Amino acid sequence: MSATLEEILAQALHQLRDAQDLNQLDLVRVHYLGKKGLFTLQMKELGALDPEQRRAAGQVINQAKDQFQEQLETKKDLLENAALEARLASEGIDVTLPGRGQAVAGLHPVTTTLRRISKIFAGVGFQVVEGPEIEDDYHNFEALNIPAHHPARAMHDTFYFDAHTVLRTHTSPVQIRVMESEKPPLKVIAPGRVYRCDSDITHTPMFHQVEGFLVDTDVSFADLKGVVYEFLRAFFEKDIQVRFRPSYFPFTEPSAEVDIECVMCNGQGCRVCSHTGWLEVMGCGMIHPEVFKAVNIDSEIYSGFAFGMGVERLAMLRYGINDLRLFFENDLKFLEQFK
Amino acid sequence: MQISEAWLREYVNPAITTEQLVEQLTMAGLEVDSVTPAAAVFSGVVVGKVLAMEQHPDADRLRVCQVAVGEAEPLQIVCGASNVRVGLRIPAALIGAVLPGDFKIKKSKLRGVESYGMLCSEKELGLAADANGLMELAADAPVGVDIRDYLSLNDNIIEVDLTPNRADCLSVEGIAREVAVLNKMDWSATQVETAAVSHADTLSVSVKATDACPRYLGRLIKGVNPKAETPLWMQERLRRSGVRSLSAVVDVTNYVLIELGQPLHAFDAAKLTGSITVRYAQTDENVALLNGQTIKLDNETLVIADDKQALALAGVMGGSESAVSDDTQDVFLECAFFTPLSIAGKARNYGLHTDSSHRFERGVDPTLQERAIERATQLIIDIAGGSVGAITEVTTASTLPQRAAVLLRKQRLEKTLGIALADEQVIDIFQRLGMSVQTQPDSWSVTPPGCRFDIAIEADLIEEIARIVGYNNLPNSSLLMRSELGKAGEAILELDRAKDLLVDHGYQEAITYSFVGEDIQQAIAPDDAVVRLKNPISADLSVMRTTLWCGLLKAALHNTNRQQNRVRFFETGLSFVNKDGNTQQQKMLSGLALGSAYSEQWGSATRKVDFFDVKADVQALFSLTGADVQFVPAKHPALHPGQTAEILSQQGEKIGWLGMLHPTLEKQLGFDTQVFLFELDQDLLLNKQIPKFKPLSKYPSVRRDIALIVKEEIAATEIINCIKGCAEPTLQDIVIFDIYRGKGVEEGSKSVALSLIIQDFSQTLTDSEIDAIFSRLLETLTTKISAKLRD
Repeated sequence: MSATLEEILAQALHQLRDAQDLNQLDLVRVHYLGKKGLFTLQMKELGALDPEQRRAAGQVINQAKDQFQEQLETKKDLLENAALEARLASEGIDVTLPGRGQAVAGLHPVTTTLRRISKIFAGVGFQVVEGPEIEDDYHNFEALNIPAHHPARAMHDTFYFDAHTVLRTHTSPVQIRVMESEKPPLKVIAPGRVYRCDSDITHTPMFHQVEGFLVDTDVSFADLKGVVYEFLRAFFEKDIQVRFRPSYFPFTEPSAEVDIECVMCNGQGCRVCSHTGWLEVMGCGMIHPEVFKAVNIDSEIYSGFAFGMGVERLAMLRYGINDLRLFFENDLKFLEQFK
Repeated sequence: MQISEAWLREYVNPAITTEQLVEQLTMAGLEVDSVTPAAAVFSGVVVGKVLAMEQHPDADRLRVCQVAVGEAEPLQIVCGASNVRVGLRIPAALIGAVLPGDFKIKKSKLRGVESYGMLCSEKELGLAADANGLMELAADAPVGVDIRDYLSLNDNIIEVDLTPNRADCLSVEGIAREVAVLNKMDWSATQVETAAVSHADTLSVSVKATDACPRYLGRLIKGVNPKAETPLWMQERLRRSGVRSLSAVVDVTNYVLIELGQPLHAFDAAKLTGSITVRYAQTDENVALLNGQTIKLDNETLVIADDKQALALAGVMGGSESAVSDDTQDVFLECAFFTPLSIAGKARNYGLHTDSSHRFERGVDPTLQERAIERATQLIIDIAGGSVGAITEVTTASTLPQRAAVLLRKQRLEKTLGIALADEQVIDIFQRLGMSVQTQPDSWSVTPPGCRFDIAIEADLIEEIARIVGYNNLPNSSLLMRSELGKAGEAILELDRAKDLLVDHGYQEAITYSFVGEDIQQAIAPDDAVVRLKNPISADLSVMRTTLWCGLLKAALHNTNRQQNRVRFFETGLSFVNKDGNTQQQKMLSGLALGSAYSEQWGSATRKVDFFDVKADVQALFSLTGADVQFVPAKHPALHPGQTAEILSQQGEKIGWLGMLHPTLEKQLGFDTQVFLFELDQDLLLNKQIPKFKPLSKYPSVRRDIALIVKEEIAATEIINCIKGCAEPTLQDIVIFDIYRGKGVEEGSKSVALSLIIQDFSQTLTDSEIDAIFSRLLETLTTKISAKLRD
């Protein structure tokens, strides 16, 4: 019987060695250790022996079984590793191939610029307000101290629908609309589309402005200068030179035009700044008493400042865009540059 | 306004460079647009005098001249100009001279005769675009003097872009006043002497429109020399001011306009009938203008008339019939003050804009007329002779602008500028600006001069102080303002979030014009009433869009015409629809997609974008707010009748549209592929419910799949709504996971495979309970939409 067990063991180990994969190995396991396996049968045959012999013989069988099992595990590890290696080898891909799916597009550079402007002002509590684009003459002109035959109207090439209805020529009417309905203190940013009847290489009949204004007690020209100065430095992320020049707007007094050091040539003088080293970027001033009068705010108690800037102009300077008309052609080759 | 720097410096000459002067003007609010040299670069040209002249032996058109140039010996110069003659003084370029265009003068031989220089025309010196022969200099021109010095050519033309409030600077004197103030220097205006009256004739003047013309001065100057030449110095100053020299009398009126800022007009007295009247035109009265135009007037237009007809558009332009000409000997000189309101807009109404109207509508100094007419008289007499008549003046004191004193409170000045200024400084600035100042306790009472139309309120005085002190010398303050907590509203989704989602889904943001061509607007939305611009820039930008699709489609075409075969755009903005005479300006969010569903990529077959791709993007937008919306089959004139959904809110509000561009329009517009469009009302889209927590069930959920056979016309939402309508409390979710047509399903029907998720809050559901739920659902589905369970 012992000889038979040895033979079984030898044969079993031989078969383990020959097993090529986990399937074969499992067949070998079942052949020896399964319910009808050869080792199992050996154990079953023990029942015919007397107890003394049964113990001794049982030990011998168990030893053989253990030996087989140990080898089986080793072989199993080996084959599993080999299988994993084979799988990894077969599953290799070219990771340099592009990914699949929907590509992300981008916002229009005017929107990106508007968002940055709003964000800078929102940080100090300015509220974003929008207004209608078809405006009445009163809000676009009259209430802003631009009566019918004022020469300043010549500066606004206005699109008309009828004698009293226009496409707004600036975002300043939002100032009037807000002050009509809300009481100071007010801190407002009003971005939006504006329209002028003008179209050439440097003008498009539609463009964007941001109007900003602040009304409170004790607002001074120094506050206006401070806010504009800090805004421009925040917008261009640069310790930029800024200068204020006297100018004229019917709805502010004093009025100023704001220049920044040319961002293209750092103030050295180039084509973009007409060799002056300066770029005009916004108009501003202290809100005119006549404007306050139109909206029933007492200019003896309240004062305020307002400023307005062209969004395309700021975007052009920020991103180095050299042609205004590109903004509205919506050429993907242009738009895709502003992710 | 453009002026000569040298002329300006005759009034006030601060020790600063041109660059500094220009910077000073710009920083005082008189923005300098450009500085250009008065003459091109050239050298080596002096005043020469032709001493002798003889015919060239071998050339008919050439003369051999002996020219004095201030040296010991005259120079022999060969010249071909027709006006060369003995005694003439001309610019002579010497050997070594360099003329504009880097043209060097060398000793040369012309047909065998030696020439030691060149006699020059205005064109050759770069002073004019054209010339007929040599430039003729005055008989007293000093021989040998450098022509640049003689003509003051080392000068600059400064172009100032004046804001409409600064009419007082529309003259050399006006700018001189500013420069003097900025440099704290004294200056004096041109001295004008009163001309001695030498004849007794006058024209009678009557002013009917006294409100519009508070002051009118007229004077007859008789016997002027019509052939008189405008002196070179005046021609040069006019040229540098951008005015062409015409004739002596007209040149003088233009010269005084630039010098003092007062427009004048000269009539040919011989062409006037009777007396002069200043009145409003009769309706449809005609006037023939100097520019050759004849215009029909309205009764709000001011004219100068004689007894016969309207002669001139007052303050704007003279008439052709009464204009001075080459043989005018008697001149009627007009120098008036017309109020800004009477002139404002008039020129523009008739499509005109003149130096005169530009000044009158902004405001001419109402105290200037006498000085200006005397100045013009003096210049005319000096240049063209003539005898002077008395001035006829009609002044209506009550309608003349009065300069009222304006009060400036010290405390207000300090509060507005954020700085306290010394009283002496404030007073000095006002006085230098020509204002009279009365000091009162805590304030000043300031009266502006006649030339300042822009000083009416306290803020105007504050601006003057700020301007002269210099905006950049005023303090900046950091923003010390009441601060408040920020807002974080949740009931409305921010538009930016929706835009970002579309960007993440591959839609590029576009911005298109709000006005579009009527043709495309009509093609896309024929039923919408449009709002039409009265003065569009062109026909393709003439009506306001009623849908953003017009612009997006054009933008898409721009790209498909440029080899882009995949376009995804969105835009936000207003649409403008005329409803019962009122324009509704509605905020919209619209999108367009054409071409492949995904950009071309390896490993997956390219397929065209379809309705459901775009619907998924639109649904993604609604999932941002959690809104439950319905896509209802509908018809839209721009969309494919079988692929159009109107989007409704749960309350039935019309949120917008989604669909495929109608194949007819697709072809008509020039697309060669299907185009999908959506448009949503922003207000309805962004309406958001603040989330409300629902407790979670601890018990397991069960998924059951069923396949229903329904008639083809039963829409998916009908099945879903039918199931939802059963109000089974345990039903959590319904998903359609397959639609099948073909073998096993009879023609005209389809199989819809659904999975239903069921979960109870208080127990684990048993099979029999689930079966009961399903049989109830099936029964309803059968009765309501004749659905059958697929075997």
